[in-house]
Amino acid sequence: MTGALASSADMPVVIRRLWKSFGSNEVLKGISLSVERGEVVAIIGPSGSGKSTLLQCINFMEPFDEGDVLIDGRPIGLIHSTGGIRRRMSERDLNKLRREIGIVFQQYNLFPHLTVLANIIEAPVHVLGLPRAEAIERARFQLRKVGLHGKEDAFPGELSGGQQQRVAIARALAMQPKVMLFDEVTSALDPELVGEVLASMRLLAEEGMTMIVVTHEMAFAREVADRVIFMDGGMIVESGDPREFFSNPQHERSKAFLKRLLSHGDDTQDAA
Amino acid sequence: MDFQLDIFLAALPSLLRGAKVSAGLALVSILLGFVIGIIGGVCRISRNPVLRYGALGYVTVMRCVPLLVTLMFLYYGLPSAGILLEPYTVAILALSAVNGAYVTEIIRAGILSIDLGQMRAARSLGMSYSQAMRRIILPQAVRRVLPPITNESLTLVKNTALVSTITISDLLRSGLEVMTWKANTFSPFAGVALIYILMTLPLVWLNSALETRYRIR
Repeated sequence: MTGALASSADMPVVIRRLWKSFGSNEVLKGISLSVERGEVVAIIGPSGSGKSTLLQCINFMEPFDEGDVLIDGRPIGLIHSTGGIRRRMSERDLNKLRREIGIVFQQYNLFPHLTVLANIIEAPVHVLGLPRAEAIERARFQLRKVGLHGKEDAFPGELSGGQQQRVAIARALAMQPKVMLFDEVTSALDPELVGEVLASMRLLAEEGMTMIVVTHEMAFAREVADRVIFMDGGMIVESGDPREFFSNPQHERSKAFLKRLLSHGDDTQDAA
Repeated sequence: MDFQLDIFLAALPSLLRGAKVSAGLALVSILLGFVIGIIGGVCRISRNPVLRYGALGYVTVMRCVPLLVTLMFLYYGLPSAGILLEPYTVAILALSAVNGAYVTEIIRAGILSIDLGQMRAARSLGMSYSQAMRRIILPQAVRRVLPPITNESLTLVKNTALVSTITISDLLRSGLEVMTWKANTFSPFAGVALIYILMTLPLVWLNSALETRYRIR
């Protein structure tokens, strides 16, 4: 559902003129992006273009300097206090907003001292305050969805990279977030394990989850995303329908990027 | 050689009584030191400067002052300031404070060795900093530093011998008493050394068992 008539209230994520620098290095230069409910946005671009930083800014794990990020219409991170000065919101409020944003990392970041089941119910029980039995039910449901039913008692170290990443997806989903962020989630995987993770993401997209996916998987971007954003140098260079973008990129930099990918053949993972 | 079995056997009950005192002091100080170490380790990396520098000051003082001096200061020095403490209180205070300082540094290193992604993942799930520290970071950090903590505990068991200087009848002092009583130095001290070995050996084994267990991780 990418209807242009959707009201702003149906925008789980709205980013307005976002600026972020590390020291003197400007990483994000006034990014604006609105994501509709159920939309799948793929962000692509060369390394160092600011894609991952943008994602980390959405849940304020990376504090941004200027601009706004609205989660379901509510600002996250910086808030206006009286007198027009902006300050960091309270940790308590920030934690509450973060519950609604699921994120999956390149390095999985599962908790190695906890079983698969304990990994998934950890936050539902200790952050949401869900009864254990209900959290376990949720966890089993999510595990089935990512195809890992029966792995409840395994430790992360006993699983393959692809399985670990699917547990990480289940863990994020168990919080029932409004939006899911994927930060190059297949980049650390052996090539033969990429497919199973992408399949779980594809299923999630079909179920209508709002997703922002930073990826090097061009096939995934082309087939699953509703919109492709091409970032370079901390700015959005081009944004549009995936089929159109890949067959007919408008900007010189997008053309150069895609050309570079093609010259590396199918090995898109290492191209950027 | 001046080893006499009869003196050795006659000394044993008294030595064992002393060993019980030493072991008790060691056990309490190891446990208290562990608690101090966890709190201290978290404070050492806190963003709050009062906690961070407070913990650093504590660790520095305890590491730089000889334990014997700390014991003497608390037992013989403080009374002139009007503070009188029981010998056992002094012993436990000094031993746990020193042990806590070393464990603080070990725990700090353990926390810093945990991948930053763990905190990131925990916070992204909506956990507070202290929740993430308590439930995600510390359990992993403590597991990882159990071998050096065991090693520190071993040092502590041996350091309890210093409390004999503040009138406590620990293992060493019991040996000294037998020595005067029986007018024989070799046999009681052989017994004292043997009992210290028996008390510390389990820790040596525990240390190597833990190191083997966590080597691959």
